[in-house]
Amino acid sequence: MPVPKRKMSRSNTRNRRAQWKTTVPTLVACDRCRAEKLPHTVCPTCGTYAKRQVTNP
Amino acid sequence: MATPTQGTRLGGSAAHQKLILANLATSLFEKGKITTTEAKARKLRPFAERIITFAKRGDLSARRRVMGIIRDKSVVHSLFTEIGPSFATRNGGYTRITKLGPRKGDNAPMAVVELVESTAQKVVAEAEGAAKSAAKKAAAKPAKKAAAKEEPKDE
Repeated sequence: MPVPKRKMSRSNTRNRRAQWKTTVPTLVACDRCRAEKLPHTVCPTCGTYAKRQVTNP
Repeated sequence: MATPTQGTRLGGSAAHQKLILANLATSLFEKGKITTTEAKARKLRPFAERIITFAKRGDLSARRRVMGIIRDKSVVHSLFTEIGPSFATRNGGYTRITKLGPRKGDNAPMAVVELVESTAQKVVAEAEGAAKSAAKKAAAKPAKKAAAKEEPKDE
């Protein structure tokens, strides 16, 4: 069974992990409460979508 | 040639998928509104709407075919006596999917599936809402003394 020959240095580990990046999600303002929310989803703050009460947060 | 069904395979095997969809549909008809993952919601919608079409037909043959999918007799009864007739004037589009965004824990996109309220119910709800707001206005007007004097007569 193939196994790594050498221990991976901290530097190599950290260099690899430096490429793990996050992206900023696109947000829009809610129609009703003006809070920021994901587009095409129910507003997590007021629970409405397209002026309809979908959930009760 | 056998063509695979479109969309996500739920659960793994065909039997598991059938059971998941049957259980989801049963809960939907029982509660009117359920929260699930978006993938399951997308598979559920055509499945549930086909059952509602059977309920609208309403004969014994249709009832037996639905009984083969939904095992809960009381749910089948309410489906044929309440849900089916309430959609008599609507041609398809009996359910609505609203996205909720990713779930905490596994980041799965969630959605709400609900039965679209029938047009008759909607009219009643709107009328009730209008009556309520009118009552509120009437209650608020006497509180304002200045406005109370010059009330419009066309109400």
